[in-house]
Amino acid sequence: MQQEYIVKDPFKTEEYMINMGPQHPATHGVLRLVLTIDGEIIKKVEPDLGYIHRSIEKMCEYDTYQQIVHLTDRMDYLSSHINNEAVCLTVEKALELEVPERVKVIRTIIGELTRLASHQLWWGVFGMDIGGLTTYFYAFRDREMINDIFEETCGARLTMNYNVPGGLMFDIHPNFVNRTKAFIKHFKTKLPEYDQLLTGNIIFEKRTKGVGVISKEDAISFGVTGPTARGSGLVSDIRKSHPYSAYDRVNFNEVLFTEGDTWSRYKVRIQEMWESISIIEQLIDNIPEGDFKVPTKAVIKLPKGEFYQRVETARGELGVYINSDGNKNPYRLKFRSPGFSNLSILDHVARGSKLGDLVAIMASFDLVIPDIDR
Amino acid sequence: MSYFGDIVHGIGSLLNGMKVTSKYLFLAPKEIITQYYPDNRDTLKMFDRFRGEVIMPHDAENMHRCTGCQSCEIACPNGSIEIVWDRVVNEETGKKVKVIDKHIYHLSMCTMCGLCIQACPTEAIVWGQNFENSVTDRTQLTKVLNKPGSKVHPDVKE
Repeated sequence: MQQEYIVKDPFKTEEYMINMGPQHPATHGVLRLVLTIDGEIIKKVEPDLGYIHRSIEKMCEYDTYQQIVHLTDRMDYLSSHINNEAVCLTVEKALELEVPERVKVIRTIIGELTRLASHQLWWGVFGMDIGGLTTYFYAFRDREMINDIFEETCGARLTMNYNVPGGLMFDIHPNFVNRTKAFIKHFKTKLPEYDQLLTGNIIFEKRTKGVGVISKEDAISFGVTGPTARGSGLVSDIRKSHPYSAYDRVNFNEVLFTEGDTWSRYKVRIQEMWESISIIEQLIDNIPEGDFKVPTKAVIKLPKGEFYQRVETARGELGVYINSDGNKNPYRLKFRSPGFSNLSILDHVARGSKLGDLVAIMASFDLVIPDIDR
Repeated sequence: MSYFGDIVHGIGSLLNGMKVTSKYLFLAPKEIITQYYPDNRDTLKMFDRFRGEVIMPHDAENMHRCTGCQSCEIACPNGSIEIVWDRVVNEETGKKVKVIDKHIYHLSMCTMCGLCIQACPTEAIVWGQNFENSVTDRTQLTKVLNKPGSKVHPDVKE
């Protein structure tokens, strides 16, 4: 007997689920996104974490305060110096320790160099995600100079561990100032090339303008911070609102764009590179003389109580919360990492957009997965 | 903007980007920053603060500066350093002195944080420049830093 198949609605589509990651070049690490999509329209994004969880917070409970610092290198490895600084500032706050001016200025300079290196890498990778591999090599060419500065002064290129509670591990290298000046001079000529190469590009503009709009209200309610929030016009720069280290004595603008789309987040980071250059230029010529470290006890014991310090990393606000019971180890240590909060808005933003736009949105958040998972 | 204006603007923006890339096509030899790594091993010099691995320098008479105080072992966050030590009677003074038997360093667990070298009071351990550590078996990454038959330098006091 012959069966008759009657197709009622030939254009009816069904939702289906696919995995993006954990091994996907555009997720920049081991982030797995479970996508519910209808054709090419995204209905739902569920981030699945835990692939690179190393229980850093728990490990901190068994380490002394000097030893905690090196673990924070492994969180947001692109702003490792700023992470180190955050822990050291919290411990110094708890001990009521006043570090020398020299330490503050050096920390600020290296922190801004870290931010530059991070934004350079982000720029290269953003271009690569959108589909232009050229940017990647241009960014790494300039980033190499910063890495050389770090390697000469701190001993390592990425996981520097240069801060200790009470100051710095050792003094800056004699070549540090010259190298930094040479880099600034070099990079000031190269940064306009970044604009020429990517910013005006018609394909890049079409891929980013109007894609993944975050409204200011959403940014507040999801706890988005950093350049991602400043792209939506949200004032959120900790360096400006709660100055730490030497940020209270330098002039810089908080970069704000109000459109809230991928394009404006791109412009915030490009503009922030100019601000970082200006901060370094203001400080590099007059690094005060003095000690590079305040002597501390071999085993630091914090007084009983709760201590919190916020810093601005390249990705947003990093908070370090230490609950001390008076021992040499913290009773509880919590990191409020920028990547985790920024990721939480991804589902809200990506719904209704195309699959290809998801890559652009994710790249504009500048996610670092070890920072999210810790 | 008109349809054709859009096209002209688009092509113009692409050409603008190609100006940069084509500039480097001709300037490339001046701007090369990459190194021919395995071929330049003889001339490759790392920075003096470079953190390759922890080493214990010995002088010509096979003497090191480690007193076995275990500061590095306590400072290490990962347990990369183990010190096997004993108390031995010093022949000159007749007192019992702490002497290391083995200074064991697990390179596979080391995160190059540098806390052990900061903690060392006698500068017995320093950073080495070697970074080529690939081996076929990870037990080969556990090293004994003091050489066999080595002694403490007489200048070093505990």
